[in-house]
Amino acid sequence: MNEIIRDKIGAIEFRMLSPKLIKKMAVVKVITPELYDADGYPIDGSLMDLKMGVIDPGLRCRTCGGKVKECPGHFGYIELARPVFHIRYIPLIYIFLRSTCSSCGRLLLPQAEIDKWLKKMSEVDDEKKAIITKIIINKTKLIKKCPHCGAKQERIKLVKPSTFMQGSTKLTPIDVLERLKRVPDTDSELLGISPAAGRPEWMVLTVLPVPPVSVRPSITLESGERSEDDLTHKLGDIVRTNQRLLENLSAGAPELIIEDLWDLLQYHVTTFFANNIAQIPPARHRSGRPLKTLTERIKGKEGRFRKNLAGKRVNFSARTVISPDSHLAVNEVGVPEVIARELTVPERVTEWNLKEMKELVKNAPHKYPSANYVITPDGKRKVISDETRGAILEELAPGYIVERHLRDGDIALFNRQPSLHRISIMGHRVKVLPYKTFRMNLCVTIPYNADFDGDEMNLHIPQTEEARAEAEILLGVENNIVTPRYGLPIIGAIQDQITGCYLLTKTEELFSQEKAAELLASIGIFELPKKPAMKKGGVKYYTGKQIFSMILPDIDYIGTSKNCPYHNVCNNPDCKYKKVIIEKGELKQGVIDAIAIGAEAPKGKLTQAIINKYGNEVAIDFIQKAALLGINFLQRHGFTTLLTDTDLPQEAIREIKDAFNHAEKKIDEIIKEYHEGKLKAYPGRTVRETLEFKIIEIINRARNRTGRIVESYVKPNNYTMIMAKSGARGGVLNLALMAASVGQLSLRGSRIRKGYRNRTLPHFKWGDIGPAAGGFVRHSYKGGLTPTEFFFNAITGRDTIMDTSMRTPKSGYLQRRLINALQDLKVEYDNTVRDASGRIIQFTYGADGLDVTKSDHGKLLIPKEEVLK
Amino acid sequence: MTLPPSIEEQLKELKEMLKLNKAQMEKLRKIAEKQYEKSLIEPGEAVGVVAAQSIGEPGTQLTLRTKLLAGATEMTVTQGLPRLIEIFDARSEPSTPAMTIFLKPSYATSEAKVEEIALRLLEISLEDISKEINVDLLRMRIEIELDPAKMKKFKVKEKDVLKRISEYFKSAKITTGAYKINIKPKEEDMDIKKLYRLRVKLKGLHIAGIKGIKQVLPIKFGNDWIIKTAGSNLKEVLKLPEVDIERTKTNDIFEIWRVLGIEAARNAIIEETLDVLKNQGIEVDVRHIMLVADIMTNDGTIKGIGRYGVSSAKASVLARASFEVPLKHLFSAAVKGEVDELRSVVENVMVNQPVPVGTGMVDLRVKKGDKK
Repeated sequence: MNEIIRDKIGAIEFRMLSPKLIKKMAVVKVITPELYDADGYPIDGSLMDLKMGVIDPGLRCRTCGGKVKECPGHFGYIELARPVFHIRYIPLIYIFLRSTCSSCGRLLLPQAEIDKWLKKMSEVDDEKKAIITKIIINKTKLIKKCPHCGAKQERIKLVKPSTFMQGSTKLTPIDVLERLKRVPDTDSELLGISPAAGRPEWMVLTVLPVPPVSVRPSITLESGERSEDDLTHKLGDIVRTNQRLLENLSAGAPELIIEDLWDLLQYHVTTFFANNIAQIPPARHRSGRPLKTLTERIKGKEGRFRKNLAGKRVNFSARTVISPDSHLAVNEVGVPEVIARELTVPERVTEWNLKEMKELVKNAPHKYPSANYVITPDGKRKVISDETRGAILEELAPGYIVERHLRDGDIALFNRQPSLHRISIMGHRVKVLPYKTFRMNLCVTIPYNADFDGDEMNLHIPQTEEARAEAEILLGVENNIVTPRYGLPIIGAIQDQITGCYLLTKTEELFSQEKAAELLASIGIFELPKKPAMKKGGVKYYTGKQIFSMILPDIDYIGTSKNCPYHNVCNNPDCKYKKVIIEKGELKQGVIDAIAIGAEAPKGKLTQAIINKYGNEVAIDFIQKAALLGINFLQRHGFTTLLTDTDLPQEAIREIKDAFNHAEKKIDEIIKEYHEGKLKAYPGRTVRETLEFKIIEIINRARNRTGRIVESYVKPNNYTMIMAKSGARGGVLNLALMAASVGQLSLRGSRIRKGYRNRTLPHFKWGDIGPAAGGFVRHSYKGGLTPTEFFFNAITGRDTIMDTSMRTPKSGYLQRRLINALQDLKVEYDNTVRDASGRIIQFTYGADGLDVTKSDHGKLLIPKEEVLK
Repeated sequence: MTLPPSIEEQLKELKEMLKLNKAQMEKLRKIAEKQYEKSLIEPGEAVGVVAAQSIGEPGTQLTLRTKLLAGATEMTVTQGLPRLIEIFDARSEPSTPAMTIFLKPSYATSEAKVEEIALRLLEISLEDISKEINVDLLRMRIEIELDPAKMKKFKVKEKDVLKRISEYFKSAKITTGAYKINIKPKEEDMDIKKLYRLRVKLKGLHIAGIKGIKQVLPIKFGNDWIIKTAGSNLKEVLKLPEVDIERTKTNDIFEIWRVLGIEAARNAIIEETLDVLKNQGIEVDVRHIMLVADIMTNDGTIKGIGRYGVSSAKASVLARASFEVPLKHLFSAAVKGEVDELRSVVENVMVNQPVPVGTGMVDLRVKKGDKK
């Protein structure tokens, strides 16, 4: 943290490696395939030569003198006895061979045309250059005679993977190398190799770079045996073959043997680069496992790019199971002490905190608030142990850094995967607690999409002042109440918290002074409402609305509640009970339900009004208090769900029965009409489809009626119904499912039709297309399903599971693509939206420049109450 | 201060809803201006990532079900996640092209009239109106037997059919009988293979209606009748005098681009995306979808979100390499001698440097020893 970054990487250039450069950057020429001598010491000139870096602790690099972590490693090289092709350049070599003259090496176009294209190329960007190259390749394809030297051109064929045939003769890499050397820079540019990037002949390898040892570390097994990296194995093969080829060449061995060895060398070099080329058998380990060579290291999800470069492993992080704690503030996270002792925050010692820091060091390493390491001003890290504590305590002075344990109030980043949106990572204040799970307030489960059935979450401790500031200001929970997705609170009360507030603000019951004080004290308010609603026998009484008002800041708010709280079925759309009025922080009328304090669209309106007037801190405090008040009240009030919630009176059951009987009769009639051919088809539809539509229509109508019947007959104190009305959980539909009827099951958007020939199950008659055979479940979950109904229910259940499991990876990929396409876009200081290269995408963000998080459901937030005042 | 049009609109609505007088209106404007300044987006905000997350995150809630019958009389149209992917992939043709055709007021009210118009739209090929189309090998000709019933249904006259065929095969010899047409091609085309190929061509010969319109369905929409179709041909449909050009829609985005231009295509992307999300009850702010549509249409063509579209056009080698098929990009960069200027996000993550968005956008360096 005391490092000042002075230099930045400005740009990275990509070029082809020339043989000269390969030799220049190498520190050793590798000539022996053996790795270690009899003592197990690396042999000079071998693949493990100490000049290429060290991997054993204790040894020093012979090039730079660095130890294991200091030396970055150095390249070596292998001088190939005969040149070989680089497998990834084969397609490009093929283009060159076909488009240039076999004798003079010029592009097979007249000079005038070459000049014309060159001029064009100097004027256009990379994308157009590729198009020009394509045109030129096509033009030269059929030219039989070189326009420069007049030589006749014979067509060259590529025999995959890496053999070029000119007529019936094979072109060796030496021949190709010679030809490519003759191609002038201008012609090479037209064929796609920029002269600045390199020369075409470099595509044929004459020397091979040997990657440093640190790229291919060997591991020592328990038995003391060394196990080499796949790359070392492959390089060993190359060196061995190369040496044999060299010996045979100098001994003047027969051409046949040389050819074979040359091919073998080509194979080894090819598989060194890529071990999954078609037509080439993959090089295998002794155990039969294919070797993982260069290409495989880079490619794919587990490859270098996606695994190590675009994403990195970090220190100062922890992971454990989560559990709920309503008494934590919404922006707090409970951290187990064992974890707090492991995670540290670096704190610079100054005159002012010297005493405190000394105290911490004194406590180390066994007590809890203490420290794990100190860093001296010259950057040395010292462990605090029983032995070193005394000395460290002595020398500790301003300028030292103490890595102290995590303690209450530190900022931490809390995260749950999959991190689908930015509020999957938020900044919390640490609260160190006993036991072994992370604790969190229930209101933040929504943005994290967390529950407590075994979910685990991650915690990261920012280590620099800048990081801490960002974690607090940009990622802090209180600053992320409103989601950028649609501009409404995503943090708010849930489930019982809502039910509690709903019942508290709805009840006509009065609270005695004692009860009111007790309830308010439970959420940390030690005052009573100013004016009691009633006085009786010297005792003051308060209403639930008054108690709720105690947590409200001074605010005016006019809103609606989800349902009229006083009637089961409220037919009046302008029902006055639905209106919620808050005047000067006093709840005058209506109830507080999910619309006011809930989370996720279209809820949390009251929360939003508070954010707008008093800011995020007040709002988060309000959410926490409202949630706690809700459950504390509910605890005293009593709340549950009962089997009897789903009981219906006799006449309701009869009505439902009637509704279904009526529907069934009607369907029978229609089916009869259909069989008699009297049914008229809808325009553009077949008769069968029309029948299907009509049946579904009738069933739906009957279903809707039963829903209404259930709603009207349910008792007002029905718990399930209270939850539905307050918006806490579930709806009337869920109650109807349990109490009245499950209704029509649909598979892929229609009634169930699959199964046996001419019928869905063997329980039905042939050709039965009635409601029951189509998956209509007349019974309720409580009443119990018939075997066929149960089976149909299982069919749709299984279909849903399939659907979900197919969808998750698809939508994951869509999101990855979206992020990749849009990640560089940002708003500039002139309010335009631009990409990384400065192209303007939008002149004003979203046409009006509004930030969705600061808006009201995407529109400009205008406090109506203030206009009317 | 001038407020953007969308906010002016909002103020007007509020005025009517709350029945404000002049003084109150004045006050409202003041409040709105203050709020507007407070609600502006901040420079540096990574709006792209936020948009991508806002669309991607609810993706898990979308159904995978391809076809959905909404209501009793609607057509099958691809919806949910597959449709969303289709839009963002910029497929040149939707898997289920469909149109919603609105008619001018004078036609829209009568069911009979609308049905008549609908039938005229329907594409009718020779196969649709004939009983048989055979190859007579003996006489080396093709025999067509027309179906009078079908012809009546589609209101096609024999004369017109004949005209179409003779227009199409100018050099062939055509003889006719009662609902029978025989076609004898030119001498050089006397080849069995060619005859069979000709038969296939004849089957698909466009006789009447509009090419591409595979199904028509008049439905009631408010007080009016509209026509929903499977298959789409915007250009031809807009030529019909009965059609209300302003409201008629198609879900084929590329067709909109060809017929009405890139701005219309951009709007179509936004509308189609909103439609999919709304149908599934998912809330996403328009601004996010607008941004995606804008980057897809930024250079005047429609580019998909993915390897071959937007991502392939990036300037940075490493950014492209980190997405998909890294080796291809690395080798082509080497050959071209490309330079990565490290201007976007991923490259800087790779080299452990601050990313140039948000707080990382600010750059401040002081020369050492320069104390003045």
